[in-house]
Amino acid sequence: MTKTATTSLQRKRARETHVAAAVFLAPVVVLLAVFIFYPIFDTFHISTFKWNGIDANPVFIGLGNWAALLKDGAFWIAFRNNITIMVCSILVQIPLGLAMATFLDFGGTKKLNVFKILWFIPLLMSSVAIGFLFTYALATNGGIVSTISRFLGGKNIDLLGNPRLALFTVIMVIAWQFTPFYMVYCMAAYTNIPMEVFEASIIDGATKPQYFRHIALPLLMPSLKSAAILSMVGSLKYFDLIYVMTGGGPGTSTELMATYMYKQSFKNFNMGYGSAVAAGMFLLITCMALATMRLINQKEG
Amino acid sequence: MDKYRASRVKSAAAWALAFVFAIVATVFAVMPFVFMVLNSFKEKFEMLQKGVFALPQELYLDNYIGVMAGNFGVFFRNSVLVLAVSLTLLLFVSACASYPLSKMHFGLADPIYGVIVACMSIPLHITLIPVFRMMQNLHLYNTIWALPGPYIAFGVPISVFILTSFMKGIPDEIIESAEIDGCNKYGMFFRIMLPLSKPGLSTLAIYNGVNMWNEFSFAYTLTQDAAHRTLPLAVWEYRGQYSMNTPMIMAVLTLTVLPMIVLFAVAQDKLVKGMTAGAVKG
Repeated sequence: MTKTATTSLQRKRARETHVAAAVFLAPVVVLLAVFIFYPIFDTFHISTFKWNGIDANPVFIGLGNWAALLKDGAFWIAFRNNITIMVCSILVQIPLGLAMATFLDFGGTKKLNVFKILWFIPLLMSSVAIGFLFTYALATNGGIVSTISRFLGGKNIDLLGNPRLALFTVIMVIAWQFTPFYMVYCMAAYTNIPMEVFEASIIDGATKPQYFRHIALPLLMPSLKSAAILSMVGSLKYFDLIYVMTGGGPGTSTELMATYMYKQSFKNFNMGYGSAVAAGMFLLITCMALATMRLINQKEG
Repeated sequence: MDKYRASRVKSAAAWALAFVFAIVATVFAVMPFVFMVLNSFKEKFEMLQKGVFALPQELYLDNYIGVMAGNFGVFFRNSVLVLAVSLTLLLFVSACASYPLSKMHFGLADPIYGVIVACMSIPLHITLIPVFRMMQNLHLYNTIWALPGPYIAFGVPISVFILTSFMKGIPDEIIESAEIDGCNKYGMFFRIMLPLSKPGLSTLAIYNGVNMWNEFSFAYTLTQDAAHRTLPLAVWEYRGQYSMNTPMIMAVLTLTVLPMIVLFAVAQDKLVKGMTAGAVKG
C-alpha cells in the first residue's frame, strides 16, 4: 500500500519535472527552430531553385545550382582564400598571443599592466570600424605604411589595391584584430597552471625558458588546441571586415565564401545560387570542424 | 659563481629582447588607433598638408559637430533599443533553458543540450536568405524589429553553454531546502536560480552586448534606410556623403568606439573576462 503510494508520488513528481522542463525550454527551442533550424532547411530548399528573390514563381532546377557550384572557379578560389586566412591566422595570432601572454605572465602582470591595456585596444573596435579604419590607414595616399615608406625615402605603397598584396594585407589586419583575443585567452590558461608547479620547477633548477618549454607549454596545449579550433571556425565564416575593407577585391584576390555568398544573393539577386553557396559553405565548415575535433580527440585518447 | 653571473647576463639579455618585442607589439597595436583619434581632430586639408602623424594645430571639433548634426543620434538610439530588447530577452530565455538542463533529471536533457551547444559553429550566412524572406513576409524588413530575433537566436548557444555550467555549480542543498520549504520549480527559478546566477549573467551580458552592439551582417541585410539602421552601419552612411573627407570618417569611427572605451575604463577586468567568455573550452 505504502509502496504504491510512493511510486505514484514519484511518478507525479517526475511528471511535474517534465512539465516544468518543457515550459522552461520552450522559448529557446522555438527561437532556435524559427531562426536557425528552419532557415538551414529552407536554404537547402531554395538552393534547388533558380530564383531572383522577387519572382513569385521560382523555377525548380533540382541539383542544377549544386552542379554549377562544384564547377564554379570563383567559389573554390574563395574557399582557398578562406583556407589561406585560416592557416595564417592560426600560425600568426596564436603564437603571437602566446608570446604576449608569456611576457606578461613571466614579468608579473601588475608591473606590465600598461602593455596589457594597450595591447587590448584592437579588441574594443568592431570589425566594421576596423575595416573602415584600415581602408583609410592603409590608403596609398596618406596611409600609415605609405607615410613611413616615404619617410624612409621610398614611394607610396598600394597595399589593398594590388591583387598580389591584398590578401596578405587583409591577413595582417585580421591578426591586428584578433591577436589580443588570443593573448587574453592564453593569460587565462596561464592562471590555470597552479603556482606550485611553477615553484617546484624553479626549485628543481629549471630556467624560465626550460619551464616554458617543458612544463608550461605541455600544460597549455589543450587550451591552444581549442584556440586553434576557434580560430579555424572563425576564419572559415569570416565576413564583416573583408566585406567592408576590400569587398572581396581587387578581382577575386580577397574573396571569401561568405562575401561571395552575399554578393551572389543580395547584389546579383541569384538567391537560388546564393543559397547553394551558403549551404556549401555550411557543409564544408561543419565537416572540417568535426574532422578536426575527431583528430584532436583521437590523439588525446 | 661564474655560471651564476652568466645566467644573470643571459636572463637580462632575454628580458631586453622581450622588451623590444613588447615595444614593437605596442607600436603596432596602437598606431592605427592613434591615426584615427589624431586625424579626427584635424581639418581635411590640414591632414593632407601636415602629414597624418602631426598633432592637430588646434582643438578642431567641427568634424564631431558635423557628425552629431547628421543622423548619428538616430543610429545610436536604434542601437540602444535593439540592444536593450535583445539582451534582456536573450539572458532571460537562456537562463530559463539552463535551469532544467543543469538541475532537473529527465531523459532528453543531454541530447537537447548537445544540439543547442552544437549550434555554436553554425555560420550565420546559411540563415541569411530565409531570415531576409521571413522578415519581408512579416513586414518587419527595414525596421529595427527585424534584428532582435536573429540576435537572440545566435546568442543562445554560447549563453546556454556558459549558464548551464554556472548553474551546475549552485549547491543542490540550497535547492533541496527551498523545496522542503514548499517552493515549486517556478518559484525556485525566480527566487533562487536567477539571483544566484548573477555573476554568470553579467559576464554573458558583456559578451553578448558587445557582439550585438557591433553586429553587421544581419543589420546590413535586414535594414535599408538610415532611419532604421544601427551604429555599425553609421560609417557606411557617412562614407557615402564624405568619402574624401578622411578626418570626418575618423570622427565617426572614434564616436562608435567611444562607448567601448568608456566601458573599458570603468570595468576593465569585467570587460576582458566577458569578451573572452566565448573562449572557455571552444
